[in-house]
Amino acid sequence: MTKGNLPVSSNTLKILVACAAVAALSACASHKPPEPAATNSGPAYMPPPPPPPPPPMHDDIGSRQTGPIPGSMQDFAVNAGDRVYFDYDQYSVRGDAAPVLDKQAQWLGRYPQVQVRIEGNADERGTREYNFALAARRAEAVKSYLVGHGVQPGRITTISYGKERPLDDGGSEAAMAKNRNAHTAITSGAGG
Amino acid sequence: MYPEEERLPMRPALFAVFALSLLTATGAALTPARAAVEINVNRGVLQPLPIAIPSMQGADSRASQLGDEVSKVVSADLERSGFFKPLSPDSFIQRGLNVDDTPNYNDWKTINAQALVNGRVTVEADGRLRVDFRLWDTFAEKQILGLQFISTGEDWRRIAHKVSDAVYKALTGQDGYFDTRIVFVSESGPRKSKVKRLGIMDQDGANPSYLTEGNYLVMTPRFSPNGRQITYMALRADSARVYLLDLETNRQESLGTFQGMVFAPRFSPDGSKVALSVDRGGNTDIYVMDLRSRSSTRVTSDAAIDTSPSFSPDGRQLVFNSDRGGSPQLYVMNTDGSNVHRISFGQGRYTTPVWSPKGDYIAFTRQAGGGFHIGVMKPDGSDERSLTDSYLDESPAWAPNGRVLIFSRETGHGSGPRLFTVDISGQNLRAAPYNLPATDPTWSPLLK
Repeated sequence: MTKGNLPVSSNTLKILVACAAVAALSACASHKPPEPAATNSGPAYMPPPPPPPPPPMHDDIGSRQTGPIPGSMQDFAVNAGDRVYFDYDQYSVRGDAAPVLDKQAQWLGRYPQVQVRIEGNADERGTREYNFALAARRAEAVKSYLVGHGVQPGRITTISYGKERPLDDGGSEAAMAKNRNAHTAITSGAGG
Repeated sequence: MYPEEERLPMRPALFAVFALSLLTATGAALTPARAAVEINVNRGVLQPLPIAIPSMQGADSRASQLGDEVSKVVSADLERSGFFKPLSPDSFIQRGLNVDDTPNYNDWKTINAQALVNGRVTVEADGRLRVDFRLWDTFAEKQILGLQFISTGEDWRRIAHKVSDAVYKALTGQDGYFDTRIVFVSESGPRKSKVKRLGIMDQDGANPSYLTEGNYLVMTPRFSPNGRQITYMALRADSARVYLLDLETNRQESLGTFQGMVFAPRFSPDGSKVALSVDRGGNTDIYVMDLRSRSSTRVTSDAAIDTSPSFSPDGRQLVFNSDRGGSPQLYVMNTDGSNVHRISFGQGRYTTPVWSPKGDYIAFTRQAGGGFHIGVMKPDGSDERSLTDSYLDESPAWAPNGRVLIFSRETGHGSGPRLFTVDISGQNLRAAPYNLPATDPTWSPLLK
């Protein structure tokens, strides 16, 4: 049975391609390709070295088996969640947003050098100035939550984008619901 | 989804100076008479007055051509107001009427021209442009108005608008609004990453140009009472600031060093102050800044959203938007923050209040029944009228005579916003003469 070999060499090739694509990143050169799962012969629970990041513009290469670099913006977006949503004309943190913000707070606790900007957004079904104030409240609600969960307030700035920067340009209620959000953007200190 | 952006030039310098003098009367009536022909602007239904505006005469081909253009601009101005019905020049019986002669009244009565505007354009040796014109009441057989305008340059469009303003005032009893400009936010690009620039144009859509380059978002421009400055909000990735932009020098400066996000600016009627909103820690309150000392006074300290302040014409009160009662509604208070009282009690959510320059009405946006409506009410909340209905009407702004509102409209999601105008009677709803995506209009005062 030779079927184990082909995937291994294929995977190595992928990693090499990924390394070539991100050759500028110093992480690449020092990291060995991850061991194939089949050769599970090392010490128990020795974690493999962090996999290289997926190349930014070619996410079909390498990203299927390798997670984002811990501490990177992508790690934050994927493993904590960088956006929470709000009800119409509301700014209180919803039940489904709290677990996301909990993870954001934990993540920010793990990477204390990271600074973030909370960007509040509103949907288009409101007038410009009122929605600007409403989206500012949403950003502040997220900041308050994070501070309440141990993040130093000095690491967080807030801004409102009002209804000026919709996430979804559709006109459905689902699109409007997506556009009522607060985005946690990492402004500095992220790895990767 | 969006039409190709029309590349507007950056705005050149402006403001020619005008002289105005009364024309010596012709042999007919010697003094400007009160018009017997008169438009009742408070009537329920607009019935446009038939008016004849033949091409103004000129001594040479250049002057004749300008005369033709001036008459067309006057005709378009008056027609767009909804109060006038300019008659087709094809129907005119008397031709070649000299501005120094008395009209053959019967020729104008025959075609039911109740008023007649005729004139002459002269290009002076020094390049200045002179327009002499007369307004006639054809049925009363007398002159209502005889005026002369001179521009320092060949700014014939402004002279034409001055003629329109004079005719409008003589026949309606209200100030005109034609020699004015409109500043707005021009939109281009995809919905998720719009480019927004301040644009300026004459009120009839002529001479459009940009005031900002579009490298940051701009919102809510508002004219100063003397028409020389704009205050507006600039939104960048990490800041929201209010700016003062000088239209004559194109210089601008950030207003104040507030902590937090600053937005919703609006001048006081004497131009000495700007009311604005500051968001600090998720709480938006209203401040009034003195432009000379740059010191600001906090006017509201409620935990609710308090925004969109607009001064009464006497400068003593502010109407504003607050959700302190649970939903956005309109409130009036003294400029020191005392005597706050709610004035909106209809169904729906009320935002964007703007006090009329005449003081008699407050315009607003009302969101109800799944749509958005521009409306007006008296400052005490009485006599509320809904003027429009669409998917998204917002940001009403008054013409300087308090008679016409300009606002932005999106007829459906993704249709792209356009500017519209409506008479405060709710009649004469029209697309503004700017057919590209635009929002947040503001109307200048009458230019000097």
